[in-house]
Amino acid sequence: MKQDIFQAIADPTRRAILTLIAIQALTPNAMAEKFDMTRQAVSKHIKVLNECDLIKPEQSGREIYYHFNAKKMQEFDHWLAQFRQKWEIQFNQLDELLANIKDEKQ
Amino acid sequence: MNSNLLFDFNVDKEAKTVYITREFAASHSLVWDAFTKAELLDQWSAPAPMRAKTKFMNFEEGGRRFYAMISPEGHEYWSIHQFTSITPKANFKTYNTFSDEHENPQLPGSDWNYAFSENEGKTTVSITIYNESRERLEKMIEMGFNTGMTATLQNLEELLATLS
Repeated sequence: MKQDIFQAIADPTRRAILTLIAIQALTPNAMAEKFDMTRQAVSKHIKVLNECDLIKPEQSGREIYYHFNAKKMQEFDHWLAQFRQKWEIQFNQLDELLANIKDEKQ
Repeated sequence: MNSNLLFDFNVDKEAKTVYITREFAASHSLVWDAFTKAELLDQWSAPAPMRAKTKFMNFEEGGRRFYAMISPEGHEYWSIHQFTSITPKANFKTYNTFSDEHENPQLPGSDWNYAFSENEGKTTVSITIYNESRERLEKMIEMGFNTGMTATLQNLEELLATLS
């Protein structure tokens, strides 16, 4: 099943990971050290973040560095902007309707 | 005409919640009616050029509005709004699900809270939408929006002209 961005960012540890790698790409080992977690626990979080494209792996020598994928976050913001616009259209329609009803009553 | 009316739209991604606040230049009771009476809802609650058609609506706790948004091509997108709580003129809550034309819901749904208040002749409506998943939110956007997005101002004006 496709991972859910909402679920991915609902977890405080994953938010902390994203905040950190937005500044600098990190290896799983470096993350485990920074958050005082086991490698297994870090791998689980990486899996969730990776499956919804919020982070991107990049091989560098023998190490894998994870980068923050800002583009994915932008896509998400774009959906929300569309949703906002839908409401704007509807509310403008309601303005007209309310004005018409008031005119009829007068 | 609405340039001086407040419109706030905020999203708390972590809380999976959308907050919408809008002012209307009309009385509290008229705005309440526009949100709670099928014949009025059908005149504004789909973004042009889509239109809304309510099959039935029982505005009471435990009651439902079963309605479709219809695209210009005639495609019908059905939804069920279940009224979970009603405090007349002040507040009502719904649990919304998409459905097929036979009223079979597609879970998960979303929780909506509508609050109404009046101040100096203007009525403020605050809507809070809690979605259980991002996929649900995406779908909510696609449903109302795909065709609505292509609405030009001209289309919108045509629709409004037919309303008056």
